Amino acid sequence: MKPFSFSAIAIDCASLQNELRDMRAGGFASFEGWVRNHNEGHDVIKLEYEAFEALGIKEGERIVTEAINKFGVLRAACVHRVGELQIGDVAVWVGVSAVHRGEAFDACRYIIDAVKHRVPIWKKEHYVNGDSGWVNCEHCAAAGDALEQEHAHHHHR
Amino acid sequence: MNAAAPIYGLVLAGGASRRMHTDKAALQYDGQSQLQRAFTLLSKLCEKTFISVRKDQTGDAARAAFPQIVDIHEDIGPLAGIHAAQTQHPHAAWLIMACDLPFVDEGTLRYLSAQRDPSRAATAFRSTHDDLPEPLCAIWEPLSAAAVRNWIANNQKCPRKFLINADVTLLTQPQANALDNVNTPDEHLQALRAMNKNPIKLHVQYFALFREQAGKRNESMETVATSPALLYAELKQRYGFRLEMNQLKVAINNEFSDWHASLQTNDHVAFIPPVAGG
Repeated sequence: MKPFSFSAIAIDCASLQNELRDMRAGGFASFEGWVRNHNEGHDVIKLEYEAFEALGIKEGERIVTEAINKFGVLRAACVHRVGELQIGDVAVWVGVSAVHRGEAFDACRYIIDAVKHRVPIWKKEHYVNGDSGWVNCEHCAAAGDALEQEHAHHHHR
Repeated sequence: MNAAAPIYGLVLAGGASRRMHTDKAALQYDGQSQLQRAFTLLSKLCEKTFISVRKDQTGDAARAAFPQIVDIHEDIGPLAGIHAAQTQHPHAAWLIMACDLPFVDEGTLRYLSAQRDPSRAATAFRSTHDDLPEPLCAIWEPLSAAAVRNWIANNQKCPRKFLINADVTLLTQPQANALDNVNTPDEHLQALRAMNKNPIKLHVQYFALFREQAGKRNESMETVATSPALLYAELKQRYGFRLEMNQLKVAINNEFSDWHASLQTNDHVAFIPPVAGG
């Protein structure tokens, strides 16, 4: 299986787990990110994920390779959803098989944390009240406006 | 009367360039850094030419290859460079030029030196904006050195205020706006446009918030922007993007890239808003 991929259809966690089976493995750790019904005080009804897939696959593969080398695990993989997701859907799956449990947990944690920070994926939340917004972007844009105004004061020396 | 002092050149390139988000000295025009361009220009007119640097800049890649004059005072801005030059070569008159003046050409500088009056503290151009002296494209005579020293000793920093209070020959710029400086990617872009640079063709991809604000997933466009930083300044203006450059990453041809990489025709560029996977 590919170390990192995007999926436009529901993630089948059981069959992904099967692909990481290894006779040398003494354990398997996985992480599933689920769509929850609220975020930062808003009631969420559904999500949309959009990815820059060409770059996202490369960066995702780099992350999985880093985790395998850093923690010495046997196999690892990650699948991330794109498209429209409902409450309770699996948004991201990470699986790691390893000789011992410690490195399996560590590698799993490393992969999900790095994927959240580095892979170009964007999440749009749709709220019960009809609003929607790109997570991490709309706040930043507001901060950007404030920065711009501050800069305007010393535009020319 | 003694012969006029020889003219030495000093390029000022010590500024921190916060708004450009990069080292200003390294900004490119015609594939040449501004620093190199300014140095070459001054070398044509001056007996000797130096660049002004802070202590911590002497070894950096953009500056190491040039003859340098190191600031003696810290945190006082461009006047530190002028003072250090006057201290190191007290017999010389200094043609001072900031590196961020892309419109200053050989003609402008020849005019300045032809109109020079060595019996006064300095010869400078009048600003097109407010008629006050422009200190950073001017000839500072040796006889201004003592006053510069006192000025600094009195905790004054502003070279323009110094010239306002000094005995200075003021010239009208031979070409309007020749001394406009470039502080931001927007201004850099305007400078490239004004120089009639040949545009390159780029393919731009838009994702998420950018896709919605631009109203498209991708487009091919012609631009004079030579780096992602300049391209973003252009698109920000065109589509009203509100995110600032330092909140984004950029990719060229599906790989993360530096904001100041050099763009080539047919490159694919994508700006990456803050991500939110997981």
